[in-house]
Amino acid sequence: MKNFGIWLIRISLVLFVLGLFFGHLASESYRITQPKSGVMGFLSLRPLHVSSAYLGIITAGLGFVTLIIAKMKTTRLGTFLQYLHFSLWVIALLGIFYSYFTGDFGGREYWEFNPVWALPIFVSFIVFLVFYLHQVGFSMKWPVYYWMWLTGIIFFIFTFIENYLWIFPYFRQHFIADMTIQWKVNGSLVGAINQIIYGVAFYLMEKISGDEKSSYQKLSFAMYFLGMFNLMFNWGHHIYLLPTEKYIHYIAYAVSMTEWIILIRIFYKWSQQIKENKQFYYFFPYRFLMASDYWVTINLTLALFMSIPAFNLYTHGTHITVAHAMGTTIGINTMIILAGVFYFIKPTFNSAKWRLYGSIAFWIVQVTLLLFLISLIGMGVQRAIWQAGLTSESFSKMNSSSENWVLLFIIFGTILMFSMASFFIYLLIQSWKKNKLNIEE
Amino acid sequence: MLNLFAHPKRIFFVLFVCFLAFSIWIYAIPLFSPTPYSEKELHLVAEGRLVWQKHNCHTCHQLYGLGGYLGPDLTNVYSRTANNEAYIKGIIKSGVKQMPAFEISDDEMKALLHFLKNVDATGTSNPQDYQPEIIGTFSLEKK
Repeated sequence: MKNFGIWLIRISLVLFVLGLFFGHLASESYRITQPKSGVMGFLSLRPLHVSSAYLGIITAGLGFVTLIIAKMKTTRLGTFLQYLHFSLWVIALLGIFYSYFTGDFGGREYWEFNPVWALPIFVSFIVFLVFYLHQVGFSMKWPVYYWMWLTGIIFFIFTFIENYLWIFPYFRQHFIADMTIQWKVNGSLVGAINQIIYGVAFYLMEKISGDEKSSYQKLSFAMYFLGMFNLMFNWGHHIYLLPTEKYIHYIAYAVSMTEWIILIRIFYKWSQQIKENKQFYYFFPYRFLMASDYWVTINLTLALFMSIPAFNLYTHGTHITVAHAMGTTIGINTMIILAGVFYFIKPTFNSAKWRLYGSIAFWIVQVTLLLFLISLIGMGVQRAIWQAGLTSESFSKMNSSSENWVLLFIIFGTILMFSMASFFIYLLIQSWKKNKLNIEE
Repeated sequence: MLNLFAHPKRIFFVLFVCFLAFSIWIYAIPLFSPTPYSEKELHLVAEGRLVWQKHNCHTCHQLYGLGGYLGPDLTNVYSRTANNEAYIKGIIKSGVKQMPAFEISDDEMKALLHFLKNVDATGTSNPQDYQPEIIGTFSLEKK
């Protein structure tokens, strides 16, 4: 069977490059004082940036799962489903960008395109679910990452339907309920996509370490269910300020605090982690997984504090939230995706020169990302101080007074764009060198 | 002792059913929230939400701290000053700083203003109106 997984991964690499480019253009809007309309205006650039990155992550996740399951068995139905899913996904992507470039908006934050393009996304996920179950089957005991992928697909479908409940006036007429559902969707959708991406990380760790038992252990399943539990019930921490039902806030607060278990576990295994890092450091797929582990620690710590309502009261609506979002999408998701792409496309460097270039680019990305996040936190702290009433400036003056942080944000963002794009473009070129593909095992 | 992790299907099913019940409860919020608005006003509020989306207002502005970061939060913009409608209309039609002027019809403007009025009446998004509590939560009443 022709494996479309590699094509999905190629598309995701292109989307990541576009996401970086549009993000860079959008960041410039923080410095200009004149309005811009059309595609070059912030109204178009932000959706272009966010959707390119978000869809890039989803496409990569679907690509890895396809790559792995398509080779499990070859049937006519499997081939048809794979073709159908790929076609629908590409139609949706083309429609979304057409919608953005022609200024045909109408959707909600993160999904601003004309809602008609949600249809091929929804149908493609239904097809993907059937394809997944057809390929994987139920005859054997599933490793934890099969469960994570199934969870990701099912919850994506469920929350994606919820994402469009606003088309019914019943929901739209009640602002509080509507906003509650909107952020329930945003939280759970991210959780669903994380299940797919973290499942890929589990798969990679199993293949790299050669330890298949870990994917069937109680602890692995405990972590999976903890993640699923949070996916379903912790999204309320986005809306602590929204005067919705109090029990939603209390449930979110209590459930979010269960993530301390993950953080404590990370610190408990810290010395073992360092030892393992040194052992496999030379291997690029592992190195990116290692990087994602460290970003998990940083972002989880930030997320845990942001999940405490009294702390969230002051960080909410500031760039500290953006730092958290960027930290997880770039630091965690994109690092896992790069690990996966290296694993399947270019697991080792034959030339010491290219290994050195790769190492330099790797460390530029990590250091720049940290500085980029610090500059966002700086902008956020400035706004948090203003929101708390500790300064009496106007909104416009407060924005102007953070111009040094904005400048750092643009500089580090630009370096990040070039360094990350170098990996994406390099891997895209390598993906056409067929003899190097690590798809067949 | 029952080893729960040996039966992932059951745990998955139980969690999913809990999630489904929780979701249905949330969908029912409008049913047990009385509204002082007439059908006609609610229709305008729903239309105003569509205008907000059509023009991508959330790209720069926030409602209850949710949305973009380039412009200010608009949760309580409607009541910021007495008779603030004229000011809001002026800003939308002429633009300010990075914000472009919007070509917006009278019907759209009317619906958008109804939407903002409705949002304003739901509460306050100003952190200064809230009081942090020792257990990590916060309440609306400032002590």
